[in-house]
Amino acid sequence: MPETEIRVTREIAAEHGLSADEYSRVLEILGREPSITELGIFSVMWSEHCSYKSSKVHLKRLPTRGPRVLQGPGENAGVVDIGDGLCAVFKIESHNHPSFVEPFQGAATGVGGILRDIFTMGAFPIAVLDSLRFGPIINDTSNSAAGGVEEVARNRRLVDGVIRGIGFYGNCFGVPTVGGEVQFEPCYSNNPLVNALALGIAKKENLFFARAQGPGNPVIYVGAKTGRDGIHGASLLASAEFSEESQQKRPNVQVGDPFMEKLLLEACLEAMKTGTVVAIQDMGAAGLTSSSSEMASRGGLGIEIELSRVPQRETRMTPYEIMLSESQERMLIVAERGREDEIFRVFEKWGLDAVEIGRVTDDGRLRILERGNIAAEIPAHAIAEEGPVYKRPIAPPAHPAGGANLIDFAPAGTDLSENFRRLIASPAIASKQWIIGQYDHMVRTNTRIVPGAGDAAVLRLKDSRRALALSTDGNGRWCWLNPKVGAMHAVAEAARNVACSGARPVAATNCLNFGNPEKPEAMWQFSEAIDGIAEACDALEVPITGGNVSFYNETLGKAIYPTPVIGVLGILEDSSKALGLAFRNEGDVIILLNGAAAAEKPIENLRREFSSSEYAKAIHGIVAGEPPAIDLAAEKRLQDCLVALATDGAIESAHDVSDGGLTVALAESCFASDGLAARVALDGTEPDESALFGERGARAVVSVRTDSLARVAEVAAKYIVSAQSIGKALRGGFRIEYRGALCVRGTVQSLHDSWSSALEKALRYGATSNYGQ
Amino acid sequence: MKFGVVVFPGSNCDHDAFCAIGGVLGRPVEYLWHRSENLAGCDAIILPGGFAFGDYLRTGAIARFSPVMKSVAKFARSSGLVLGICNGFQILCEAGLLPGAMTRNRGLRFLCQQVHIRVESTDTPFTSAAQRGQILKIPIAHMDGNYFCDGATLDELERENRVIFRYTTPDGRNDDDGNPNGSLANIAGICNRERNVLGLMPHPERAVEAPLGSADGLVILRSMVDSFVRRIAIPA
Repeated sequence: MPETEIRVTREIAAEHGLSADEYSRVLEILGREPSITELGIFSVMWSEHCSYKSSKVHLKRLPTRGPRVLQGPGENAGVVDIGDGLCAVFKIESHNHPSFVEPFQGAATGVGGILRDIFTMGAFPIAVLDSLRFGPIINDTSNSAAGGVEEVARNRRLVDGVIRGIGFYGNCFGVPTVGGEVQFEPCYSNNPLVNALALGIAKKENLFFARAQGPGNPVIYVGAKTGRDGIHGASLLASAEFSEESQQKRPNVQVGDPFMEKLLLEACLEAMKTGTVVAIQDMGAAGLTSSSSEMASRGGLGIEIELSRVPQRETRMTPYEIMLSESQERMLIVAERGREDEIFRVFEKWGLDAVEIGRVTDDGRLRILERGNIAAEIPAHAIAEEGPVYKRPIAPPAHPAGGANLIDFAPAGTDLSENFRRLIASPAIASKQWIIGQYDHMVRTNTRIVPGAGDAAVLRLKDSRRALALSTDGNGRWCWLNPKVGAMHAVAEAARNVACSGARPVAATNCLNFGNPEKPEAMWQFSEAIDGIAEACDALEVPITGGNVSFYNETLGKAIYPTPVIGVLGILEDSSKALGLAFRNEGDVIILLNGAAAAEKPIENLRREFSSSEYAKAIHGIVAGEPPAIDLAAEKRLQDCLVALATDGAIESAHDVSDGGLTVALAESCFASDGLAARVALDGTEPDESALFGERGARAVVSVRTDSLARVAEVAAKYIVSAQSIGKALRGGFRIEYRGALCVRGTVQSLHDSWSSALEKALRYGATSNYGQ
Repeated sequence: MKFGVVVFPGSNCDHDAFCAIGGVLGRPVEYLWHRSENLAGCDAIILPGGFAFGDYLRTGAIARFSPVMKSVAKFARSSGLVLGICNGFQILCEAGLLPGAMTRNRGLRFLCQQVHIRVESTDTPFTSAAQRGQILKIPIAHMDGNYFCDGATLDELERENRVIFRYTTPDGRNDDDGNPNGSLANIAGICNRERNVLGLMPHPERAVEAPLGSADGLVILRSMVDSFVRRIAIPA
């Protein structure tokens, strides 16, 4: 039956994911029954993924303005003024469900999609970071929560596929993958997270926006041909929970072609230089539908498209399929009438299709023609902006998250060396070099601090003295235990990492990965997390410039940890001042900076906080309690102090205290060095494990030449940050004393071996853990 | 002396080579589009790294048919300096300007890391400013860098002293520990019989500034300039 003859019913609408109310609203807008093509258009544009219908009311609470913000949420990416007439264009986006269904292509197209969001604004992409979450990759017979052998094997395949996919796309495209993070928790086994952040640079006056102008102007389709891949990717994959049949959604996953994207990048930027591009938007989620309706809507105009002119790589595609295809590497351009040829010539040079498929109109309607016959006609504003908005029910969980048992601290003076060795070999803390080495992280020769060498990636700007720093962070476990505090920590850590590189944090982007918004508990987690992000971004002066919400991260009714991932961008005034985390000189003094005033905490509080730590999880299998209390003013003082110290050239290295606590931070500064070892003596009142492995924020380890000690003390005092000399970087053994007892010791070489080989052993050779044996 | 950097669709280290020469070395340089046979009077040609034509078929297999390669071959025959880096090396092999071929890395994974290579011969215009046995720290970034050729070709390369760079450990041992990708005889770079065409997998253009990790690659670019100046000064 030809599709024009399909009569749309409420049942068909429901199959498209439209609720009864939503369908009634469609009838109201059109004043008639929709055609099947129109129904498809509404269903993708009003999907959770495209319309933000459940999150909109909450997202309004995020701070989005700042002196440097040129473009906040609502465009393809956020834009920040970085001086010298340049601006940074950046955004993070999720590609979770596609990556579970088909890890290689899912992750690859995730990278491709975010890159297009950057260069569609006229910016040249200079970096990608990936924030990844997977289920356990080590068989742990002592811990049933770690998953069975099959589950672990599948997780390894997912990790492998995702890493290969990211590398495949970024390496070929020619953008360095410079950072990110990867964590492993059982809750991600059936729902891994793949969040990709891209950063680009543009001259301020050369920015492009997705706002159609000038009725009569031609609408030009450029790039790859349209196929049947990815139809309903946004609505069916990204906006629904997963079931056991989800693997059958493989045809909904798009297929990436990084070579095509590279050509598209070069051609688009060259076309922009002709001065004939009026507006441009990539065809990402919801493809031709979203790009045409959003450009029309933003410009307050209409667009008319003739589908028979759309380049197609398959025969007999229906209007429904063409409008909903999510084929990759395509863009839609509104050009200046009369100068189309200049654009056609550029795309001809790069061997790409560029076809006039329609025109801008002044009637505010998205009109889709197929050989002159109307296949769809809808007010553009109604589809792009008038989607449903829900204030969904919110309810805190009946029982607090986390296990019932809190950790019992080891007696004072216990030798914790073996626990430490296990901790640094746990996948969360172990070296990520095996992954990093599969990504080209140097192409375009701007990577000043390579992944693993510093807390943030640092990219110098060839046309400026300045450099940009970027870090992504997010601790799902903490957000599960307390979504608000956990989200605040995510912002604080990302900003702290940027400050440790010497850069001043200036703006943020967020990727909010949550469960089913129709469940009040998931919505409560979301709302709490938004409050936490808003408060932390305000306090640390990093407005949110964009991002993405990913709901329905549930499989078989089981949700992931609520996982907001925050990317923070910083500016380093002088790229030569960029700091790494490695100790640099033998004899340098190790100083612990702490933005918070020392306060004695009741032992019960310490137990609660420590039970949420990486150590509690890795060593005792405990996930309970609360994330450490957060003091945003202390965070701000510490970060300002770090930036001042770096600007001054007073410190040799900086590394924040986070996963695994102080001892792990010290060890990592040793591992990155040329064989230096920390010899440290600590004092305090808290239990040994809490002092050595506790993860309270607002702290950083810096190393200082003896002749700069006075200067460091002076600067720290100015920012009301305590600067405590705790030891030295020396040759010889790694030794941490606490209250006079030697608690952790080992040779740097053997510790380094445990730390550096763990991930490769697990992923490449399928090692089994000896935990608890 | 003017350098030309060839741009194939999918080249992505063209810009890095351009900046290394124009910015760091301070020499004239221009891009050469692959569809043109005009080498614009350049005195040395660089085939840059990247994924020419996506490398979907076999690395370099399509790029060798680009019109510019006809001119590059002619230029090479008339003693012009041609440097192929990474994908450029692969293209030179496909074009028959250098012997052998690159297969997938041992381990079947993309590798991006700093490696050490030893200068095996200074008797080329690309290494004349280096010391024999000098160890250079230069990064690699490739999926297919596992050099292979038949026994007779390897004998010939060794006999004619045409293995110019070999992968080694940081302290200069060219054993298996120093071999990142499984290349035959730890070969990282070779030249043609006339010694004016060099291909290497490591990226010297990424190693021209110490703050970015290493400046060891400069010696290769400087050698090219020195050799060219010498050749002009003393006409053959």
